[in-house]
Amino acid sequence: MIELKNIHKFYNAGSVNEMCLFDDFSLTIAEGEFVSIVGSNGSGKTSLLNIICGSIDVDRGQILINGEDITRKKDYLRHRNIGRVYQDPAKGTCGHMTILENMALADNKGKPYHLGRSVKKSRVEYYRELLAPLNLGLEDKMETQVGSLSGGQRQAVALLMATMTPIEMLILDEHTAALDPKTAEIIMELTDRIVRQKHLTTMMVTHNLRYAVEYGDRILMMHQGNTIMDRSGEEKRNLAVDDIMGVFNEISVECGN
Amino acid sequence: MTLVISVFEQGMIYAIMALGMYITYKILDFPDMTVDGSFPLGASLSAVLISQGMNPYLTLLLSFAAGLVAGTITGFIHVRLKVRDILASIIMMTALYSVNLRIAGKANLPIYNCDNIYSNPVTDAIFGGGVAPYQNLIIIAIIVILVKCALDWYLKTKSGYLLKAVGDNETLVTSLGIDKGKVKILGLAIANGLVAMSGSMFAQQQRFFDASMGVGTAVIGLASVIIGTALFGQVSLFNFSLSVILGSILYKGCVAAAIRLGLQSSDLKLITAVLFLLILVISMRIEKYQGRVKRKERA
Repeated sequence: MIELKNIHKFYNAGSVNEMCLFDDFSLTIAEGEFVSIVGSNGSGKTSLLNIICGSIDVDRGQILINGEDITRKKDYLRHRNIGRVYQDPAKGTCGHMTILENMALADNKGKPYHLGRSVKKSRVEYYRELLAPLNLGLEDKMETQVGSLSGGQRQAVALLMATMTPIEMLILDEHTAALDPKTAEIIMELTDRIVRQKHLTTMMVTHNLRYAVEYGDRILMMHQGNTIMDRSGEEKRNLAVDDIMGVFNEISVECGN
Repeated sequence: MTLVISVFEQGMIYAIMALGMYITYKILDFPDMTVDGSFPLGASLSAVLISQGMNPYLTLLLSFAAGLVAGTITGFIHVRLKVRDILASIIMMTALYSVNLRIAGKANLPIYNCDNIYSNPVTDAIFGGGVAPYQNLIIIAIIVILVKCALDWYLKTKSGYLLKAVGDNETLVTSLGIDKGKVKILGLAIANGLVAMSGSMFAQQQRFFDASMGVGTAVIGLASVIIGTALFGQVSLFNFSLSVILGSILYKGCVAAAIRLGLQSSDLKLITAVLFLLILVISMRIEKYQGRVKRKERA
């Protein structure tokens, strides 16, 4: 369970350019819940993920994971229980290393990186089995440098790497945004399958309203550091893309766009 | 002939330093000037210890350890005190100059009459008395091969993979739940350990320590790395370490040739710098050309 309690976050505090991002923001996400987050640019979606992962600090407030206060915990320590996929496929993989080397690196997450050999022959078959269902032919390209793969292939590898070890949470930051529609579809279906299989508490930021409606158990719409829409269960299932679009247009009018 | 042997000797000694710089420059993408201080650090420490009668082989290990400490401090300044990479290393380089003088006690410390790793009762006996012409070369080659194999092995371990990953994509290392700062410090430590060990071997080959011995080390190391990876990096049989070793020998050869062609030994640093500039520019051209060939192949 993720709990954000009375989060305050200002940028450039005390200066003329002071910008309030979150002013007393609170949110609770239940264990195993798959939450989609939508909202316009600058509404605080990505900042929300960054705050949970520790990539940015909060000025006031508390962040709790399963009751444990992690507000002051270092970002890399938090990531031990978090899998994270970024918008940029390059961020989730090492471009100069091969698929095999990347998978071996991720396979060791949670364990010490000591002087044992990284690529174990006994694990290669397992990596192949993970890659095969993608139908991207990656299982036969294990010795290829990840940097020479297409964005979609690279993102698929990043998603597998983020979820191959036991984690509690999955954080997806517009992870299909840089992909073509067909590849985005493949990655989205793969995401859903992994989340269901592993019962991961998932937060997905997306600009694709259809994905937000079709996937996940709950939908949040953010606007100026607040949630202005929060639907789950039956309410969420009955929601259509047009409904969200309607709310979107309302807030845009308010802002004078 | 003596000239060729001396080129190979010094080229291989400097190759160990260049392997260290490969870690910082190519793997970590860290412009590390510490080496100008850690190379003579190994030299001064070895000269003092040898003049006091210590086993010369042990001084190699102690020099490596001293380099580890120097690299760790540079890493600490950069990672924990958040000083820019090149500045952190220049601070350390400057500080080490005085540290080296303190260790040696004076600016020039000869060790002509002492045993060293190349010539001592054991090696002299193996090579059949007297100092055989290839004695130094063979001993240097053995050490270089051992270091090369150790580094190749290390970079295939889990720890070695993290080192490669942190230079490639820091974000991923954080995602793996690892403190990227620690990995960088580890890389700098290993690199400077190798550099200091190379300095120890150099002082024992020259049979003295001199305080100005480290000037230009970074340039020599970078030139070797760049020449090696640009010329030999594309040969599939050669891995990075072999390429860097060959690059170092070739670079020493070029410097020796320049002096042979009539330049004075006082021009050495100028030759070092100009050659480095040439190599830098040519390697960029080579890369551009290779990129074009690759694109054509793909099309």
